[in-house]
Amino acid sequence: MDLLTELTILVLAAFVGFEVISKVPNTLHTPLMSATNAIHGIVLLGGLLLIGEAGGFLNELLLVIAIAFGTINVVGGFLVTDRMLEMFKRRD
Amino acid sequence: MYTASFLQDPDFIRVLYIGAFICFILGLRLLNHPRTARRGNIVAAVGMAIAVTATLLIESVGDYGLIVLGVAIGTAVGVPAARGVKMTAMPQMVALFNGVGGGAVALISFVEYRESLDIAGANPELEQLIPILFAAIVGSVSFWGSNIAFGKLQEILPGRPIQLPGQLFLNAALLAVILGCAVAIAAGTESELLFLAILVAAAVLGNMFVLPIGGADMPVVISLLNAFTGLSAAAAGLALDNVALIVAGMLVGASGSILTMLMAEAMNRSIPNIFAGGFGGVTVTAGASADGDERPVRSTDAADVAIQLAYASKVVVAPGYGMAVAQAQHTVRELADELEKRGVRVDYAIHPVAGRMPGHMNVLLAEADVPYDHLKEMDEINPEFPQTDVALVIGANDVTNPAARENEGSPIYGMPILDVDKAGQVIVLKRSMNTGFAGIDNPLFYKDNTALLFGDAKESVAAVLAEVKAL
Repeated sequence: MDLLTELTILVLAAFVGFEVISKVPNTLHTPLMSATNAIHGIVLLGGLLLIGEAGGFLNELLLVIAIAFGTINVVGGFLVTDRMLEMFKRRD
Repeated sequence: MYTASFLQDPDFIRVLYIGAFICFILGLRLLNHPRTARRGNIVAAVGMAIAVTATLLIESVGDYGLIVLGVAIGTAVGVPAARGVKMTAMPQMVALFNGVGGGAVALISFVEYRESLDIAGANPELEQLIPILFAAIVGSVSFWGSNIAFGKLQEILPGRPIQLPGQLFLNAALLAVILGCAVAIAAGTESELLFLAILVAAAVLGNMFVLPIGGADMPVVISLLNAFTGLSAAAAGLALDNVALIVAGMLVGASGSILTMLMAEAMNRSIPNIFAGGFGGVTVTAGASADGDERPVRSTDAADVAIQLAYASKVVVAPGYGMAVAQAQHTVRELADELEKRGVRVDYAIHPVAGRMPGHMNVLLAEADVPYDHLKEMDEINPEFPQTDVALVIGANDVTNPAARENEGSPIYGMPILDVDKAGQVIVLKRSMNTGFAGIDNPLFYKDNTALLFGDAKESVAAVLAEVKAL
């Protein structure tokens, strides 16, 4: 994909993020922060993309660490958010 | 095989990515409302699962043994951490998860640079190199900054601002080193060592930039670092030509920036002001009350508080970090239930930055099953204080400090606060006469209509509850 297409996507994604988020009430700020935090765990994909081509022990080691970090970010992030939101259930 | 080639078709993978984006955006939308928020989180998680699966299908992705190893380690660490963490320690946990994300970005960009030197024997093209450098710098700053934020919230490091002489000069010098090395690489120098120097200098800068920030500003910092990690992930996406990273990273970059601005706005502080450091902590300016001057405070006991509460018609609870540390939220709810049985209206005044995270108090009170309609935000509750009989301040300090309204010399002057002092009677539950997290004296304690109940918040509330029941 050429750079200009990527930059177009980047700018549009920024505006989508801006619009979607600006409506979140105070009450949900912590879970929101936690959920977006989990979403940037997408860097995990970067590790997946590189590790197949990586040569050498050091590169592989660094990428395994990166994948582990990314997984912690994703799995931990979504789980913690779910735990927070579980408590927002209405009392019946 | 036909199926295999169809699954590995780049267009098919792009279509799966589009599905993932729809999930992320829908998930964030659902997070707007308390009732749908939990579903929103699950939808976003499904989007992530789709994005990961799609990426694993890409033909060039291999070395599944190492991938499984990395994912297994990450799961083994992340799941128990997320399951076991106490609600009060949630802010630290988010800081840590954010940090490892930034760390992953920094590592990935370093490996990509090394690969390019190894395989092509040259620097990557500029359109890849610039995002790689950006991702490395911001990822490294985010990793170390988050660790310091974690250390401060976990009280491994002191919460007060730590300032070194010539801090601003030092930060400027570090930034110059980072940019100098980056420009040298971009100009054509092929050097792994220079790249390492960038990572290390950015790491030091990450430390230096969070250390001087006081605990009261920590929510803003975590939010900003969250945005940083998102932006660095988007940059890594540009470098790796991966649209999923670009979109998801940028969504987070945008949301984190907004959250950061909202919070800074709530504290009436500008972002540069916060990062110049030294909020609270250091000496209070001349206009503020003289230190060491023993001024009288009125202390009270549980029985007295119980009587005032039980015979009030309207009580407003203003919770803060002290309630979180003491885990007093359940006892507070029991007390409120007991009072409501007696016909007292009990509301909760939520300052946007009470505690250590935006919405920190909401999470804790929701955990204790407090109904939403009793949680009132600052703008909603402030006009009600003059009609309030008793304001019960539980472990909150800076967010109730009238100096923010009255004393132009105070470091928090101009910050919107909960006007608890306008209530008929103010009862402050406090561990000791120490100043708050920001280290600023609070004139509220010396007012005629203020009484202090010293002790651990949970024990104090339990004692008051017992007295109310006995009435």
